Amino acid sequence: MNILSANNIVKRYASHTALNDVTVEIPKQSIFGLLGPNGAGKTSLIRIINQITGPDSGELFFEGERLTQKHVEQIGYLPEERGLYKKMAVGEQALYLAQLKGMSKQEAKRKLKEWFEKFEIDAWWNKKVEELSKGMQQKVQFIVTVLHEPKLLILDEPFSGFDPINANLIKNEILDLKKKGSTVLFSTHNMGSVEELCDNIALINKSKKVLDGSVREIRKQYKTNIFELEFSGNMMGFTNAMWTGAELLDHTTDGEHNKAKVKLLGKTTGNDLLQAIIPVAQIQSFKEMVPSMNDIFIKVVGEENADGTQSNFTE
Amino acid sequence: MSKISLIIKREYLSRVKKKSFLIMTILGPVLFAGIFVVPIWLSTQKPDKQTFEVIDESHLLINLIPEKEGIIHFDYPPITLKEAQTGFYDTKYDAILWIPPQLMEQPAIKIFYKDKIGLTTTEYISSTISSMLYNIMMVQNHVDVNLIKDAQQKSQFTLITEKYKENGKSEKTNVGVNFAIGLVASILIYFFIFFYGVQVMRGVMEEKSNRIVEVILSSVKPFQLMMGKIIGIALVGLTQFLLWIILTSSITTVLSATVLKGVDMKQIQHKEEIIRKGENLNYKDMKKIEQNQLFEGLDALKSINFTQILLCFLFYFLGAYLLYAALFAAVGSAVDNEADTQQFMMPITIPLILAMFVSTFVMSNPDSSIGFWFSIIPFTSPIVMMARLPNGGVPLWELLLSMSLLVVTFILMTWLAGRIYRTGILMYGKKVTWRELGKWLFYKA
Repeated sequence: MNILSANNIVKRYASHTALNDVTVEIPKQSIFGLLGPNGAGKTSLIRIINQITGPDSGELFFEGERLTQKHVEQIGYLPEERGLYKKMAVGEQALYLAQLKGMSKQEAKRKLKEWFEKFEIDAWWNKKVEELSKGMQQKVQFIVTVLHEPKLLILDEPFSGFDPINANLIKNEILDLKKKGSTVLFSTHNMGSVEELCDNIALINKSKKVLDGSVREIRKQYKTNIFELEFSGNMMGFTNAMWTGAELLDHTTDGEHNKAKVKLLGKTTGNDLLQAIIPVAQIQSFKEMVPSMNDIFIKVVGEENADGTQSNFTE
Repeated sequence: MSKISLIIKREYLSRVKKKSFLIMTILGPVLFAGIFVVPIWLSTQKPDKQTFEVIDESHLLINLIPEKEGIIHFDYPPITLKEAQTGFYDTKYDAILWIPPQLMEQPAIKIFYKDKIGLTTTEYISSTISSMLYNIMMVQNHVDVNLIKDAQQKSQFTLITEKYKENGKSEKTNVGVNFAIGLVASILIYFFIFFYGVQVMRGVMEEKSNRIVEVILSSVKPFQLMMGKIIGIALVGLTQFLLWIILTSSITTVLSATVLKGVDMKQIQHKEEIIRKGENLNYKDMKKIEQNQLFEGLDALKSINFTQILLCFLFYFLGAYLLYAALFAAVGSAVDNEADTQQFMMPITIPLILAMFVSTFVMSNPDSSIGFWFSIIPFTSPIVMMARLPNGGVPLWELLLSMSLLVVTFILMTWLAGRIYRTGILMYGKKVTWRELGKWLFYKA
C-alpha cells in the first residue's frame, strides 16, 4: 500500500509551470528519493504534499484517504532552507514546534529530553539558538522534524550543513526510523546517498517526471552491457577469443597484466564471454559496469535538455 | 490548545519577556506623568529675587516703579550712573536700571547686569515702565487716568461655554480640554499603529529571513500564522497600554499628593470666588488665573463622557491597528530586507499622516465636511473620529457608519493581505514590484 499518492499534479505560476502532470507513488515503509536538477520542481511538489501550497489540479491521497489538513500531524518536514527563531531558547522553541504538530506539552517535553540526550545536546536546552553552531541547530531541527513520530518524513537536502560524523548520525536515524515503520521522502543532489538509502526514486526535470521506479530496476534498465576484466595473458589471444560476441572498447597493458573494457553485443551474456576467454587468459577479476545513479541522472537530464534545445530550434 | 492560540501565546510572551518591553513600560508613564506634572510644578516655582539699582536721571519714576513681589526689587540710591558703575561688582545689586534725563523725548532705557537676566524680568520692566509713561502722558494731556482704568477693568469678562442638550439641559464644557483629549487619543492611535504595525512587519520579516516560516507552515495555514502574530502583538500593545494607564495614574496621584500638595486647591478656590463675585480682575489675579488654567484643565475632565470616549477609543484603536497590521504583515512578507520596505510603506504612511493633519484641523473646526468624510473613510476614520468625539455632536448614525465601514474594510484588507502574505513569505531573492503583488492576489492557494 502507498502511504502517499500524488496523481497528475499541475502547479502553475504566472510566468512558468512548476509541475506538469506529475504522478508520484510512495510505498509504505520505504525510502523514496525525489531527484532532479535545481529548479526542476522538487520543492514545489514537496510544498504541495505539505499543504503549504495547493496544486492547480491533481489529487493527493494519504494512506488512501484524500489529503487534508488533519494529516499534517502525521507528516514531518525538514525544508532545504531551514532555520529557527534566533532569540528563542532551544527547548522552548522545540516545545512550541512540537505543539504546533499537535503534541501535548508533557509528551513533547518527555520525548524532547530523550532525543536531546541521544544527540548529546541536553546542555543546550536553555541556550538561545543564536548561540548554537550551525551543526547544533541542524540537530535541533532534525529532532523537531521527527519528534511527533510522523508516518511520512519529508527531508529536503537533509545532509547539507552537516559534517560527515553528524551526517552519518542522521543517516542512521533515517534507516532506524524506516525500520520502525516510517516512510521517508527525501530530496537530494547527493547521488551516493541515493544509492545507499533509497528504495525508489522519481526524477523530475523541467517540471515533468522523467523517470521513476525502484533503484535496482532503474540501474538494471540503464545497464550498458559493459564489463571490465583484469587478466594476465596475451592481449591478442584475448581479442581473438571474444571477437564474435563482444567489442573491445578500451584496454591497458602492463607487461603480462591486462585490463580491458568490453561491451557485449547481441544476446551474448557474461557467461558466454567468460567461456570464450578462459582458455586463453588467466582471469583476475570480472565485473559488470553497472551505471551509478549519478551517471543515470546526468544521462537522463542531459538527453532531456538536449531534446529540449533541439525542439526549440525546430519550432 | 488550538494552533492559533499557540501562535498568539508565543508572539505575546516572546515580546512581553523582552527587556525593551519592560523599559518602555516604565519609561512611558514617567514621561506621561512628566507631561502632566512638570508644567504645574514649574508654574508654582518662584524665580530668584533680583534687586535693581535704579538711576533715574529723568526724575519721573523715582520710588514709583511697582515691584514684583518677592521677585524684582528696586532701590533708588541718589548717585550718578558713573558712580553706580564703579564698584558695581562689589555691591549687592544684580543690575543697574538707567533711565535717561530726556525720557519722554528719547525713550531708551538701559539695563546693566552681572550674571544673567531673564526674559520675564525684561518684559516686566518694559511693560511696567511703558504703562507708567502712558499714564504720565495722559496726565500731561489732562486725561482722567482713573476713568480709563475703570473702563479697562470693567470690560474684563469670563467666557463660559456650555453645551446645550436636546433635553433642554446644558452642561459646562471646556473647549481646550476637549481639544487636548482628542489630540491625545489621535496621537495614541497614530503612534500605536506605527509602533506595533512595524513590529508585525519585522516579525514577519524575521520569520521569513531566518527561514523558520516553512517549518511552521507545514503545521499551520499561512493565514493562521499571520493572524496569530497580529493578535499576539495587539495583546502586547493592550498590555502595555493598560500598564501605562495604571502606572501613569498612580505616579500622577502620588506626585500631586506630595510635590503639589497645598498648591492647587486654594488657588482654584480663590479663582472661582473671583469669577463668582464678578470682581474686577487686577494684574495679580490675571496671573493667577493663567497659572490655574492647568488645574482647571484637570478639573474639567469630569464634565466629559468618558465611558463613550473610552469605548470608542478602544474600538478605533483595535480597528485601526488590525486594519493596518494586516497591511504591514503583507509588506513584511513581500520583501527580503528592511531597505526594500520603503516603496510599500509609502501608501501605508500617507493616509496616517494625512489623518493626523486632518484631525488637528477638525479640532478647531468640528463641523467641517472634511472632518465628516475623513471620519467615515476607514483608513483615516480612527484618528479623525477620535479628534471629533470629545467635542460631542457626532450623530450616532455617523459613528455607526464609520465603525461598520472600518470593520468591513478590516476584513477585506486582511483577506487581501493574507493572499499576498502566503505567496510572499515563501518567495526569496526577488525584487518585488507592485505588479507582482497584484498577481499574487490571484494565485491559487
